[in-house]
Amino acid sequence: MALDGNTLAGPLSELFAVDVTAAVSRCAGCGQQDAVADLLVYGPDPGWVARCPGCDSVVLRIVRGPSAVWLDLHGSAALRIPL
Amino acid sequence: MAGTAISGRLTGRLVWQRATLLAVTEETAGARSLAFEVPGWPGHLGGQHVDLRLTADDGYTAQRSYSMSAPAGGDLVTITVQRVDDGEVSPYLVDQLRIGDAVELRGPVGGWFVWRPTDPAPVLLVGGGSGVVPLMAMIRARRAAGSRVPFRLIYSVRTPADVLFARELRQPPIADGGLDTAWVYTREAPAGAAGLPHRITLSDLTAHGWPADLEPMCFVCGPTGFVEAVATALVDLGHPADRVKTERFGPSGS
Repeated sequence: MALDGNTLAGPLSELFAVDVTAAVSRCAGCGQQDAVADLLVYGPDPGWVARCPGCDSVVLRIVRGPSAVWLDLHGSAALRIPL
Repeated sequence: MAGTAISGRLTGRLVWQRATLLAVTEETAGARSLAFEVPGWPGHLGGQHVDLRLTADDGYTAQRSYSMSAPAGGDLVTITVQRVDDGEVSPYLVDQLRIGDAVELRGPVGGWFVWRPTDPAPVLLVGGGSGVVPLMAMIRARRAAGSRVPFRLIYSVRTPADVLFARELRQPPIADGGLDTAWVYTREAPAGAAGLPHRITLSDLTAHGWPADLEPMCFVCGPTGFVEAVATALVDLGHPADRVKTERFGPSGS
């Protein structure tokens, strides 16, 4: 069972100055657009994985190591961030 | 007030802060509210979360995200935690954490599933189980702001004994005028309740929600299946998808 992107607000706040959960992401797999808050999220261990609710493709991944955070966004074709 | 949380967020990166447990309220047999003192807390909006981190003596850490159940009040941060029996963090918070104990908190976080007192649109809140927690924060924030924005809450819960914030919702203070609460019991209804126990249906949403014409903002929070069913039904009833905000939780959030 999945959480959703709301739970990424804290982990993403380590990386971004704005709240990315309110951003709209476009899935690189199927093109569907969703608020990051609405992505299906699995985690936190070994890392966070957010999937598209439309096609289940991985949209973003966050893995935290001892000295760095990996942010993998290759499944997101675009992020529209409200200002 | 509403702006404080946001501008505070933009001026610096969030850091983990030491939070000391000040007060405990038993809500049900399996849930309690924990009020922490967090010096310098910047304030928050109804619906926002905190991340909570526990560190064991050997350095092992566990981290979870919890919705706050009350609006900002000075340095006080209140969360309501439902025990998940095979969970790693919630049994500790519900059964073991004592007044004076410290945890680490980081927040407020989350700008999506939030109600802003400046928004004049009527509000529909639909909560399943402990999904009512962030909705309660919105109800209390409305009260604290003296807002007259019409609120409707549909609260789906297994049995009367599982109801969180029972007294406050069943006998609301006068300042909650304009809040209407409807109950859906899924396993056992109280004596005198209309209808048999059932899962929430389209007709519950029609009877106790707002017509889509009024352009309400809808907030739906609960387990994943509940949220999917309610959000789909609201869109079927004509509510635009961008007026239906959702928050899901599952066992991994325990």
